[in-house]
Amino acid sequence: MSTITTRGLVKEYPGGVRGVDGFDVTIEDGEFFALLGPSGCGKTTLLRSIAGLEAITEGTLHIGDRDVTNAQPGERGVAMVFQDYALFPHMDVADNIAYPLKIRKVPRTQRRQRADEVGAGLALHGLSERRPGQLSGGQQQRVALARAVATQPEVLLLDEPLSNLDARLRLEARTFLKVLQRDLKVTTVFVTHDQAEALALADRIAVMQSGRLQQLGAPHEVFQRPVNTFVASFIGSNPMNLVTTTVTQAGVRLGDGAVRLPETAAGLVAPGDEVVWGARPEYLRWSVERLDDAVEARVEVVENLGASVLLTATVGDHRLQVVVPEEDAPAAGARGWVQANARRSLLFDPRTTELIG
Amino acid sequence: MAPALALIGLFLIFPALWTVYLGMTDYRLTGLAAADPTVVGLENYTSILGDPGFWRSLRLTLVFVLASGVLGQTLLGFSIAWALRRLSGPVKSVVETLVLAAWVVPSSVGAFLWLALLDRRAGTLNALLGTEGTAWLIEHPMAGIVVFNIWVGTAFSMLLFSSALNGVPPSQMESARMAGATAWQQLRDVVLPNIRAHILTNTLLITLWTFNTFTPYLLTAGGPNDESAILPVYIYRTAIPGGQLGMGAAISLIMLLINLVIALASMRVGRERRRRS
Amino acid sequence: MSAPAPRSTVRHYVSRVAFVVVVVLVAAFFALPLTWLVTAPFDASPTLTVEWPQWTLANFRSLAENPYALRSIGNSLVLGLGTIAVVVTLGALAAYALSRVRIPGRDGLLYALLLLSSVVTGTAAMVPLFQLMVQVGLINTQTGVVLAMSGGLLPTVVFILKDFMDSIPKSYEESARLYGARPGQILRHVVVPIARPGLAFVSVWVLVQVWGNFLLPFILLRSPESQPAAVIMYTFYTESGQADLSLISAFSLVFSVPVIAIYFLVNRRYGFRFHGGIKS
Repeated sequence: MSTITTRGLVKEYPGGVRGVDGFDVTIEDGEFFALLGPSGCGKTTLLRSIAGLEAITEGTLHIGDRDVTNAQPGERGVAMVFQDYALFPHMDVADNIAYPLKIRKVPRTQRRQRADEVGAGLALHGLSERRPGQLSGGQQQRVALARAVATQPEVLLLDEPLSNLDARLRLEARTFLKVLQRDLKVTTVFVTHDQAEALALADRIAVMQSGRLQQLGAPHEVFQRPVNTFVASFIGSNPMNLVTTTVTQAGVRLGDGAVRLPETAAGLVAPGDEVVWGARPEYLRWSVERLDDAVEARVEVVENLGASVLLTATVGDHRLQVVVPEEDAPAAGARGWVQANARRSLLFDPRTTELIG
Repeated sequence: MAPALALIGLFLIFPALWTVYLGMTDYRLTGLAAADPTVVGLENYTSILGDPGFWRSLRLTLVFVLASGVLGQTLLGFSIAWALRRLSGPVKSVVETLVLAAWVVPSSVGAFLWLALLDRRAGTLNALLGTEGTAWLIEHPMAGIVVFNIWVGTAFSMLLFSSALNGVPPSQMESARMAGATAWQQLRDVVLPNIRAHILTNTLLITLWTFNTFTPYLLTAGGPNDESAILPVYIYRTAIPGGQLGMGAAISLIMLLINLVIALASMRVGRERRRRS
Repeated sequence: MSAPAPRSTVRHYVSRVAFVVVVVLVAAFFALPLTWLVTAPFDASPTLTVEWPQWTLANFRSLAENPYALRSIGNSLVLGLGTIAVVVTLGALAAYALSRVRIPGRDGLLYALLLLSSVVTGTAAMVPLFQLMVQVGLINTQTGVVLAMSGGLLPTVVFILKDFMDSIPKSYEESARLYGARPGQILRHVVVPIARPGLAFVSVWVLVQVWGNFLLPFILLRSPESQPAAVIMYTFYTESGQADLSLISAFSLVFSVPVIAIYFLVNRRYGFRFHGGIKS
């Protein structure tokens, strides 16, 4: 059990492309930590640098008190579950789980025993004689996890752990993973491109883009107060509404009317300032009757989400998306009013894209 | 990796370069020139180019490659693949097995099977045709090795073309049939354009292999009177029983250059096909 | 649908009959020489003519008594296995290195090697090879033949194996590395077992190539004690004044059966890919 500390970590590929460009983070002991970003953002490169599979170009990496910047992968006390699980096809489940112990020259009987123990903890009873090819996707994933934790590593790394499972199994495996991590209390870093996965699992999330850290924070912080428009639009099942507009005496201009100025931005902007107003579809309210501080809108598209519907409505030249409970769903073409929650909307600087408040 | 490259270097690159040097010496297997060869420059080449035996050998090789490889194996291989295309069950597997078996049998066994078949006194062919006493390999040595080589090598073309024919989209064939095209028109308008690249690859490979095959030696040993002495046999007879290593190397170099041209052509075809796909 | 006109029915039958006749003729062309191979070995007094045999296994007994015959099959095995050992070991290591390490101009190198192996054939290079073996004292040794054949087969083997190694995900090796496995252990525990089908395929391919090869052992080996079956077979029917047909027929069959068996087995499993370089 250990912390992971990176200082100014850079991974540069031949040709000068930087996969990771100056990364500073301290991951706490026992923390469940997510690296989140679109593909090509450097999250997997960072994970592989921690594992020792990529040589670090600049900066340092500590696990606990040890400087492991240049250590061999086998010497770092890390274990990793690969995206494709990398289960050896020619070994049975027990041999796969016990492979790290074989490298450590643990006698065979003890190895099998430990493999059975770990396997039992991961719901793999009765599968120890099977080959990986005879297992379901979920079982393969648990074998890969068992192999990773069999040696009680200081750090557990997971590369897109849920991406190879089908949608239904994924939710089940997600819960399983969260419980497993909580029970083992092992420092865990996982990579994902799925923001919902990161929000659901992680204690803290590092959002990355182009090899750089964009935001570091707990799921609710990243969701409620994204530091810039990139994070704002990347996080959330329905992307945040982002409207470039101006501040007026009444609030923030939207079409012919105005919505209330976000509370956290009070005093930081003056009327006439150009801003990007952001509000999540879940935090907008739809009403057939006129409300205070609301703007008039016309429904263009109605998409059913089951318990709720997603409206796409036009306000002047702008398009807004609003989540409405299914019993209040209007029909396409209907007119109504959109009201913003001032405690849950934000303003960004249109030039720097950064959060004003 | 280094040892592999060393071995390749020693037994592929070195011989190629050594051929150039040897070809310019009067190296012999025995005698004075074996102990102390001297460089004679281009003398070997002038004497080869002035030797009617060499020109005849080159001409025989050309006939052999064209008749047995390009025409025989390619046409027969394609025809078998085409005929068997829609057949299945025992007929197809029997024919395929026979053609393949002829290919797989070790060459010295295959050659003896033909010697037995064509034998003057007890050969099965003479018994079947009632031509008792005909010495086929002495009267028609070139025809003999051509037919033999077709027998040996047709399997490759058959396999290549049947896989190529499998790759022709059935929808194209069906469109042609619905437009009322005859079998011949389907072949010309749909099949051949689709497998053009395969035909080219096949022809070049077959040319290269037929050009380099030594197996006809097992049937006729180049005889009678050098009437079937294709280039590989000619080199062997000059260099090893004949002892003129320098001269043999000079002919080898000519052969290597011809190989290079064919191989470069086939690689270019391969690369173009990959680029298009 | 109306009934087809009589004339086209006639034409249909004629072309049907012609098709059958041609297929039968082609089959006969390929079958005729092969028939002797399956009848003569079992005939009490084999002749060169194909006849219904008077069944016996005596020919195989005389084969067992001939000192050269069995030894030559053994020699073929020695040459085959020796070449497999050299080619597969070196080829696998080279292919692994080429597949995993980024070397500039790697593809060019591979193509150059492949080009070279199709240009410098045993036939075109027999003179320098012979001379080289004389110079280094490997003439008339099986080692010489094994090395010469290995050199010729390696480029194709490296090419096939590299293709195969490319298809093995790197995560297997990385996973082993993370648990502290050393390069030797990674190779032994992970790469070789996973590459085993590829290695088996290449071994069989090499065996078939070496088994039937006539020219190289013919020019490089002079003493009958070390010559493989391909050369001894030729000696049997050219050098002994009166050819012993019981011996030759039985020997032909024993010599051919292994490759034919391997061939059809592998052919079923790997299909056309196997034919790529065979009998080149």
